[in-house]
Amino acid sequence: MTATAEGSPPLRMTRARRNALLQSEPVQGLALISPTLVYALILLVLPILVVIAHSFWTQHYLTIDRSFTLENYRIALTEPIYRDLLWRSLYISLTVSLLTVLLAYPIAYFISFHGGRHKSLWLFLITIPFWTSYLLRVMSWKVILGYNGVLNSGLMGLGIIDEPSTALLYNSSAVIITLTHAWAAFAILPIFVSLEKVDRTLVEAAKDLGDGPLRSFLRVTLPLSAPGVISAALIVMIPTVGDYVTPKLVGGKDGVMIANAIQAQFGKASNWPLGAALSVTTMVIVTLMAGATVLIIRALQRLAR
Amino acid sequence: MPEQPQTERPQSDRPMIEIRNVTRSYGAFKALDDASLTIKEGEFFSLLGPSGCGKTTLLRMIAGFDNPTSGSISVGGQPMEGIPANRRPTNMVFQSYAIFPHLNVEQNVAYGLKRLKLQGGEEKRRVEEALAQVSLTGLGKRLATELSGGQRQRVALARALVMRPKVLLLDEPLSALDKKLREQMQVELRRLQQAVGITFVLVTHDQYEALAMSDRIAVMFGGRIAQVASPKEIYQRPVNRQVADFLGGMNFVKAEIVEENGASLVVDTLGFGRVKTDKPKTFVRNGAAATLGIRPERLRVLWDNATAKFEVAGKVVERHYFGEITHLIVEIPGLEKPLSVTETNDFGADDIPVGTSIRLAYDPEALVAMAD
Repeated sequence: MTATAEGSPPLRMTRARRNALLQSEPVQGLALISPTLVYALILLVLPILVVIAHSFWTQHYLTIDRSFTLENYRIALTEPIYRDLLWRSLYISLTVSLLTVLLAYPIAYFISFHGGRHKSLWLFLITIPFWTSYLLRVMSWKVILGYNGVLNSGLMGLGIIDEPSTALLYNSSAVIITLTHAWAAFAILPIFVSLEKVDRTLVEAAKDLGDGPLRSFLRVTLPLSAPGVISAALIVMIPTVGDYVTPKLVGGKDGVMIANAIQAQFGKASNWPLGAALSVTTMVIVTLMAGATVLIIRALQRLAR
Repeated sequence: MPEQPQTERPQSDRPMIEIRNVTRSYGAFKALDDASLTIKEGEFFSLLGPSGCGKTTLLRMIAGFDNPTSGSISVGGQPMEGIPANRRPTNMVFQSYAIFPHLNVEQNVAYGLKRLKLQGGEEKRRVEEALAQVSLTGLGKRLATELSGGQRQRVALARALVMRPKVLLLDEPLSALDKKLREQMQVELRRLQQAVGITFVLVTHDQYEALAMSDRIAVMFGGRIAQVASPKEIYQRPVNRQVADFLGGMNFVKAEIVEENGASLVVDTLGFGRVKTDKPKTFVRNGAAATLGIRPERLRVLWDNATAKFEVAGKVVERHYFGEITHLIVEIPGLEKPLSVTETNDFGADDIPVGTSIRLAYDPEALVAMAD
């Protein structure tokens, strides 16, 4: 080995060049992420490409006609049923993310500013609901909101209502309540992290310059924690648009969302191209909505100055 | 910064801040222990001491970020008890500057004015004026992240001054700057204070900073105020060894009190013989023993055959060169510790060989009696 290397300078050159290549930072970085990258390409990008391809094809009973068509998108965008479902999904996810952020912020604020030595304990307590399955948590809301459920019996016991209300379960409000609860921790954590990063002397400086507690919160703490609010809103909004289990279990007829329709196309209705077109449409709209949310929060942040 | 008149601004004798028997305890630990202090209107006052001496605690209590466990604080004749920081006539320059990172320089400076809803361009005018005072004109649109340490400090200063407070509180404002910039800012801060005439209260652990800038200094140790006096008096007439030691070098000589009356002390020492000195107002006799102190620069090397009325003889044991000055360590027969002498290098003190026998001249006035 040594003899070969000494005897043939050109080989040594290539080896040196190869070493230099292997030691360069971009190459090392790529090498480090390559397993994940390959995994993501195979399981994320490829399926999405397949879905996009399907959305331009047509189903003929059991076979798929692979000639290009925009018919699926025409149906997805103009059929009243899909339009309504899409609107409802967007409405539900927007409401859920707004409510979740509104409810999560005070909790995150409390832990960050008043958690004292027990910050980690508080965060730990917040994760406890996640020790049970998502399905169980949705089901438990069924028990709470149902006709003979906890809430109805409680209200009747207090004499506030005479007979059980049917308005609680099997509608979009039930979906909103369940999702808001289910995603709470995902909103609390990013907001908590960004509040932790707010320099406390900045709040003191605001106070020193004449701001009361509410003003200093609105002018300093809130704008500086905006990144956390943005990520919390997105983390909740993006997955809830496509939520399928919750509307199925507590949504009833009025709580059906776009994901249920997509599932139906891929399942019972057996129209994959239409299901694919609905998926792609939803994806594009969610992207636009997420972008709009970021822009709106940034604008509000600028307004606070 | 505009040219300032050379004369010092006359101070009024009206008290601006009155601190009466203020104690701040954290459980059994007393961060501040029965401190009383009066700071006059228009004064540049420094709280000087090592870390943990309670100086920052006291400043934060004046600002309203902390409350005394007992005792009272009043600012401008108004008791501050129960008044939150946002309604006190004080403004603070924070150690970390606390510049709002989401705002630019102008918005930072205008932060406190926004609430006042000033009419007809008054806000803009005051912001411009404050920026000019700290020589930041033209940088109004910069973001806080685009500023150097010195500039950030000026923004913090402008942001507080623009509020026209009765008292400006400065929490170690220069400690994050490098030496050169720090010295420049000391001069500028002093000039600024003279120009605006606002009472400044500065917290610092740097004795030179306090000496250079202040009208009066309070030296603090372990939650207690040890001495309140002008820089010159603090330096020349420290009340005890701790204060003397904290403010520059000091030679300590054991002494025995021979005679004591209202204004003066006569003491016997081994190296300096019998000396008569002023008795400090705060001197508390504790038996016959006392300590005499003399600053290293108050001992002068006597060259050749020169003589002085008061002199001590000894031998050079160490020599340290510091550029413009030389530190000589001189052993004096009878003294348990050698004397430290600072001599300028104009006459060749840097060439005195170790081991040389020399004589040192001193002024008995420079000998300070201190309670042990």
